[in-house]
Amino acid sequence: MIPVAFDYKRASSAEEAIALLAEYGDEAKLLAGGHSLLPLMKLRLAAPSVLIDVGRLTDLSYVRDAGDHLAIGALTRHRDVEISDLLQAQQPLLAAAAAEVGDNQVRHRGTIGGSVAHADPASDLPATLLALDATFVAKGPNGERAIPASQFFTGFLESALQPDELLTEIRVPKAPGSGFGFQKFNRRAQDWAIVGCAVTRSASGTGVALVNMGATPLRATAVEQALAGGASAADAAQLADQGTEPSADLNASAEYRRHLARVLVRRALEAAGA
Amino acid sequence: MKVTVEVNGTSQSHDVEPRTLLVHFLREHCGLTGTNIGCDTSSCGACTIHVNGESVKSCTMLAVQADGQQVTTIEGLAKGDELHPMQQAFHENHALQCGYCTPGMIMAACSLLDEIPNPTEQDVRLGLEGNLCRCTGYHNIVKAVLAAAEGAGK
Ligand SMILES: Cc1cc2nc3c(=O)[nH]c(=O)nc-3n(C[C@H](O)[C@H](O)[C@H](O)COP(=O)(O)OP(=O)(O)OC[C@H]3O[C@@H](n4cnc5c(N)ncnc54)[C@H](O)[C@@H]3O)c2cc1C
Ligand code: FES
Ligand code: FES
Repeated sequence: MIPVAFDYKRASSAEEAIALLAEYGDEAKLLAGGHSLLPLMKLRLAAPSVLIDVGRLTDLSYVRDAGDHLAIGALTRHRDVEISDLLQAQQPLLAAAAAEVGDNQVRHRGTIGGSVAHADPASDLPATLLALDATFVAKGPNGERAIPASQFFTGFLESALQPDELLTEIRVPKAPGSGFGFQKFNRRAQDWAIVGCAVTRSASGTGVALVNMGATPLRATAVEQALAGGASAADAAQLADQGTEPSADLNASAEYRRHLARVLVRRALEAAGA
Repeated sequence: MKVTVEVNGTSQSHDVEPRTLLVHFLREHCGLTGTNIGCDTSSCGACTIHVNGESVKSCTMLAVQADGQQVTTIEGLAKGDELHPMQQAFHENHALQCGYCTPGMIMAACSLLDEIPNPTEQDVRLGLEGNLCRCTGYHNIVKAVLAAAEGAGK
């Protein structure tokens, strides 16, 4: 399978990528690791006429201590998130979730920024970053803006990112010693989750988010509120499917997804020590 | 456009369309047909090669993305007539039947041992989750990778 022909532009800086986006507009797509975009282009479900390759912007590949939070460059690969000492020590949920993405080969290419920008509700990192109350930094022709995760995922494969913006950084709180749980149910080891769940637990409370339980990654607010009100993990987990709209497909019915959400949230809460 | 990749230590320059996949660049332009295409949908791992030493599915990368990078394919492992220790371990442990998955499996296994030199059986099984084999049931593949790791540790 071969993609439809396109023009290839390689950006050598974030500024150049933004200028190219402005120049080519709607016809252009950014290419990071290519592990969501290229499969779609090969199936001809996507056919951009210009690809702007940002894959070589190594200055956007980093995990840094930024004082009151941790900063992760958008071009940081899943593998580098997974093995980051800083994340393992200070935000272990994110490192653990990155280790669950696809397989080794996928993690050697795919980037955290690409995963966020693609905004797939079945992906592991968008839900994880939602549970962590992450902030996404986007740069466009009018400068830079910070978008809270709670306002970022607006629909199926849709986000608050504008077509002329480049996602540059992901910010997550520091939470050394925080409890966490990441649960993912699938049929083939390398696959996306049929349902998944990310839990972070620290002094400031418990964050719970769901993978593949609707058109966007979702916070399990009913579970969080029950826990804040003193409910046990097992009781709170019974509320995991409240407010969700899971789809039915060949892997699972909507009802089965609801069941999985309740079971996986309980397991993730228990792993997080709730 | 002109794409130059260092493949198995040799510089390879070819004029290709930007949409050319790396696996086609290797097979059709470099004539290195050891890398197989199994699924063509990023699932099976038959097309696994190394880019700058790390395992990658070459059906899910454009040749232009590899421009200026170092690529190793299955053809680049043996030293003349002497098999690479991983190839030797696959041979000795009967880790293949039809052999279709084998080039990708061996490239993935070498990359895995670079990252985890002394893996447990579970590390190997998880580390090869991106490679499908329709023949062996994986058991002897896992045995071969563990044997290669042990051999390297001696
Ligand atoms: C076999 C396979 C299995 C997988 N399994 C999983 C899994 O289990 N869990 C999971 O979560 N994911 C999985 N993935 C997806 C993988 O995580 C992708 O790498 C990721 O979703 C996209 O990152 P990328 O860098 O490859 O982005 P690309 O494919 O390059 O880009 C994706 C989209 O984001 C846009 N984009 C990329 N970077 C930016 C940026 N900096 N700013 C603005 N827009 C940008 C692109 O224009 C494009 O629209 C799998 C992929 C494959 C091929
Ligand atoms: S041919 Fe590339 S993963 Fe199957
Ligand atoms: S040996 Fe036949 S597919 Fe693995």
